[in-house]
Amino acid sequence: MQYSEKVMDHFTNPRNVGEIEDASGVGVVGNAKCGDIMKIYLKIDENDIITDCKFKTFGCGAAIATSSMATELIKGHTVKEALELTNSVVVEALEGLPPVKVHCSVLAEEAVKNAIADYYNKIGRPIDFEVVSDEHEDED
Amino acid sequence: MARFVYADNAATTAPSPEVISAMSSVFETAWGNPSSQHSKGYEAKELVDGARAKIAKILGCSANEIYFTSCGTESDNWAIKGAAYRMRKKGRDHIVTTKIEHHAVLNTCAALEAEGFSVTYVGVDEQGRVLLDELREAVTERTALVSVMYANNEIGTLQPIDEVVRIAHEKGALAFTDAVQAIGNVEINVKELGVDMLALSGHKIHAPKGIGLLYVRKGLSITNLIDGGGQERRRRGGTENVAYIVALAKALEIATERIPELDRVRAMRDRLIEGLLAIPYSKLNGHPTERLAGNVNIGFECIEGESILMWLDMAGICASTGSACSSASLEPSHVLLAIGVPHEKAHGSIRLSLSHENTDEDVDYILETLPPIIERLRKMSPLWEEIERKERLTK
Repeated sequence: MQYSEKVMDHFTNPRNVGEIEDASGVGVVGNAKCGDIMKIYLKIDENDIITDCKFKTFGCGAAIATSSMATELIKGHTVKEALELTNSVVVEALEGLPPVKVHCSVLAEEAVKNAIADYYNKIGRPIDFEVVSDEHEDED
Repeated sequence: MARFVYADNAATTAPSPEVISAMSSVFETAWGNPSSQHSKGYEAKELVDGARAKIAKILGCSANEIYFTSCGTESDNWAIKGAAYRMRKKGRDHIVTTKIEHHAVLNTCAALEAEGFSVTYVGVDEQGRVLLDELREAVTERTALVSVMYANNEIGTLQPIDEVVRIAHEKGALAFTDAVQAIGNVEINVKELGVDMLALSGHKIHAPKGIGLLYVRKGLSITNLIDGGGQERRRRGGTENVAYIVALAKALEIATERIPELDRVRAMRDRLIEGLLAIPYSKLNGHPTERLAGNVNIGFECIEGESILMWLDMAGICASTGSACSSASLEPSHVLLAIGVPHEKAHGSIRLSLSHENTDEDVDYILETLPPIIERLRKMSPLWEEIERKERLTK
């Protein structure tokens, strides 16, 4: 797969890889069977600002690059702003993705939304946005 | 870039200098049409005849049993469809093949299924060897053709073709083998093997892409796929690709001469396998010994193949993967699934295929480059995180 320079940059030098021990919210999407899992950790302060954001991803070059870009795009922003992150914003920031890889950017968007939903659950705030899917473990 | 290591010889090979030089002289001088009734035509025809005779001698058959085609895929299509159409007239409308064939065979069989033929896809064991009992049960008096590849393109497993031929012939079915990967890796004598048809391709043995052949046993008539002028004894139309035919003969000649050199390739393969299996949570796909001399296929848990390939490529190493993420489909390799590799592990499999052009230094370079890549990708994998957690708990 031929990727843009931006994708290669985020793949070879991914930003915000890791875990957050006492995360405010964690989101996991995808499954091993399909070949990609994204896990996003958020640290959110009392003003609803994402002060830190980390990720771990099992997947192809595009999956790693979209995770990295998504964390970079939401870090330092409010939760409300992070909820506005769409997959096309991620694709655009990466200067495009091959058509078969667009689903990776969708996963990144879903992972962020899942992590925020987890945060809402923890603080008892009703979830007023669509959470697409949780991690579905596959049996085999 | 520190070094360039081409380890994807099962995908294609670099045309060898001798082949290029043999081919160039045809382009420069013997560019005539072999069907023409003049000196320029005779010159070209002589080259085609000479190449055919040379190939026939190597494969152990007569020249009029060799038909040149455009590629391995065409040969597969022709053998399977041609035999199926012909045998249907004798009341045989069933094909037996395996689950691990190349798509050129599988999709040809699927096309015939759509036309009303029935196809049985026989399974393989965990090392990729065809289940002979299952095959024996599948072949009936209605079977037109048994099609089993000589060696698998992904995991390199060699099949007991002589046994397959015996089973097919016992029931009066034809036996065909796609030997595209095997040729140049094993000595093949079609008469000793007993197959009715055999396909091979030039670009896997250092000839250019765009040339293949089909061996069709004398006396066997299969339906034409490409009608046209009277080329290839009226069985495959189209002006002969003289230069590439000459190239194929030259490449096959060199590959045959180099068969003793395969011991060196096998030694490199085994050193590579041993070195890579030292990485924890890795597994060899395919058979430990009954495999192509240059084939290494290893699965690494918790990471995905395309990511590995991208890092390898940046380090100058060309390899390939069975992961879905490297292709347009979402399914990982049908071959890995057929040998029982679960989906998630199939995604982390890579293939390194060596040829005589590779050196011990290439193997050293791969062995020092690949482990840190695996480690780096695992460090960012949520699945690896789980394995590490479990290991901490058991300690």
